[in-house]
Amino acid sequence: MNDTNMDNTVLRFMTCGSVDDGKSTLIGRLLFDTKTILTDTLSHIEKTSKKRGMSSLDLSLITDGLQAEREQGITIDVAYRYFSTGTRKYIIADAPGHEQYTRNMVTAASTAQLAIILIDGRKGMLTQTKRHSYLAKLLGIKHIIVAINKMDLIEHEEVKFQSICKEYESFASAIELIQPGVDIKFIPMSALNGDMIVDRGSSMKWYEGPTLLEILESLDTTESINRSSLRLPIQYICRPRESDNKGLHDFRAFMGRIESGLLKINDKIKVLPSNLESTIKEIRIGDKLLEEAIKEESVTVSLQDEIDISRGDMIVHADDKLTAIKSFTATICWFSETDLSPNRTYLILHTSRTSKAKISNIHNKININTIEKEQASSLKTNDIANVSFKLAQPLMIDRYIDHRSTGAFIIIDESTYHTVGAGMIDSID
Amino acid sequence: MRDKISHLDWLESEAIHIMREVAGQCSNPVLLFSGGKDSLCLLRIAEKAFRPGRFPFPLMHIDTGHNYPEVISFRDTKTKELEERLIVASLEDSMGRGTIVLKNVEEPRNKYQSVTLLEAIEEHEFDCCIGGARRDEEKARAKERVMSFRDEFGQWDPKNQRPELWNLYNAKVHKGENIRAFPISNWTEMDVWQYIEREKLDLPSIYFAHNRDVVRRNGAIIPITDVTPAKPGDKIENLTVRFRTVGDITCTAPVLSEADTVEKIILETASTVITERGETRLDDQVSDASMEQRKKEGYF
Repeated sequence: MNDTNMDNTVLRFMTCGSVDDGKSTLIGRLLFDTKTILTDTLSHIEKTSKKRGMSSLDLSLITDGLQAEREQGITIDVAYRYFSTGTRKYIIADAPGHEQYTRNMVTAASTAQLAIILIDGRKGMLTQTKRHSYLAKLLGIKHIIVAINKMDLIEHEEVKFQSICKEYESFASAIELIQPGVDIKFIPMSALNGDMIVDRGSSMKWYEGPTLLEILESLDTTESINRSSLRLPIQYICRPRESDNKGLHDFRAFMGRIESGLLKINDKIKVLPSNLESTIKEIRIGDKLLEEAIKEESVTVSLQDEIDISRGDMIVHADDKLTAIKSFTATICWFSETDLSPNRTYLILHTSRTSKAKISNIHNKININTIEKEQASSLKTNDIANVSFKLAQPLMIDRYIDHRSTGAFIIIDESTYHTVGAGMIDSID
Repeated sequence: MRDKISHLDWLESEAIHIMREVAGQCSNPVLLFSGGKDSLCLLRIAEKAFRPGRFPFPLMHIDTGHNYPEVISFRDTKTKELEERLIVASLEDSMGRGTIVLKNVEEPRNKYQSVTLLEAIEEHEFDCCIGGARRDEEKARAKERVMSFRDEFGQWDPKNQRPELWNLYNAKVHKGENIRAFPISNWTEMDVWQYIEREKLDLPSIYFAHNRDVVRRNGAIIPITDVTPAKPGDKIENLTVRFRTVGDITCTAPVLSEADTVEKIILETASTVITERGETRLDDQVSDASMEQRKKEGYF
């Protein structure tokens, strides 16, 4: 059953855990119990479950992926799943949790507003739990649900649940995951039996908190738009000069997605890096004229004055302190099979702007299992490190903790053009 | 003051952003337009992304030669109305060149679209094809990138895709390589229908319930047309049907439906029990991995 409400909001979340924790079963359960799985897919899963000698429906097969993966019995990448209720449209980023897949977790976390960290109730906190929590923190996820799964295998005992919660809380405060603006919730569940996911079940009467779906449905993700600064990176310039319509010959408009804040008609703005100032004349989405536009809207704006703007420039309010800079320090995750070489030049893609960049210093790398800093002179796949960059072109950057999308960048190999890393800006040097 | 946007606005804004990234990063993109509902959503998104300017790309139809006439006339009307350029790359031309050899005249042509597409990419030197594929359609699509990298042979290697983070898309390619960009990756079939309703988009008439001569074979409803004639012993029925997807006649089957408006289709989609491709795309049923296989060969 699909939902027909036209006014849902979007919530993006990720699931962290390995197959052994019941992650695939959890996602399968969410999709199954929200009636997202249609009969042809179900009959296929039934057949496969039987073929593999299972007595009941194996819900983990719902997220079963590519032939290449099935043959090798592994999951190699982030998969995206969708379901919808009367309140929200959900996008799940499903990333495998093994250590060698740090890059997939980082990728999935980059667009997630919430992370579900799965713990096998029999095993309690593991090294991977710490790794997942650290990465969720690193990528700035504000909402964490610690799902203690397989409660059916530990007699649904509240004492065991409580002791895992306590252990997690002390770890979370040690890595400073617990801080203002971040909320952590704990929930006991059995993905296999469907307890506390969509339905409550009858095995854990002692738990009085919300089910997983209730948490997702009621989560408040609104940020104060008024208090955050305007960031409008320009992607494309509209110059319909060749149009048959003579009225459009001098028309110029600037197109981009508002990454943060609020933009209103008559706002005094400036363009970076040129620092030229003007006033907002018109804001539109398609042919609809707007008085104001907010974060996440893709708009077309025109200005009172004729000033020169190119792709990669950024519109901010005239009184904003943001400036263009040419060096910064960031926490990066290295993706490529080829090591990072401190001697090479890379390309950095930040908003709609690209710059050549050199590494001026690798300060240290982080052992994500112990969260301890180690010396490093180069980086390998899945390494996370603090690195300083020097840029050929100026960029208008924010700290990642202040602005997620203007504090983030990807690193591109100049010769292969592959995406070889991603980073979150810690400080402007 | 609004402090959040609806899911349709969010999906639309994401798609506009992706299209503008293609326009900003690629030197010679093209938008694949079939006349189908997903590509019609793309056209509306392109209008919102680039008007009052022209689209920074032409439209291209990969024509299998087996089309419903309603879809082709709709395609031509739509292109004229938008005043944009349409390129038609035809499978029959590839057959004439000998680059497509059918096993027999009845063989479904969908899988050969890849050949004609790759030839058109080479001829026009396109570095990016914008398509209307969605991740909810099929499981090989669930792992597809928004900007999917294809090598010089148009091949999709699932292990060699670029990680995509935040809303940063890397569309850089060398000569000969190309990107397939999917702005509505995150849309579901329901989102598409809701968007069609909200934007009041026109669709080819075969999407709505109509009467048609059909036969039933192996549980599927096969329309009787010039290229799919009745076989001896077939029992021809005139039924009220509609199409959930449009493609090559030989591999697109209609479903029984009385839904003759977008509103009714939305209600029907909400209570449907079978996936879009499972029910109506005969070519995806061959094996569990048939989409994955075709994508590796250059299919979009």
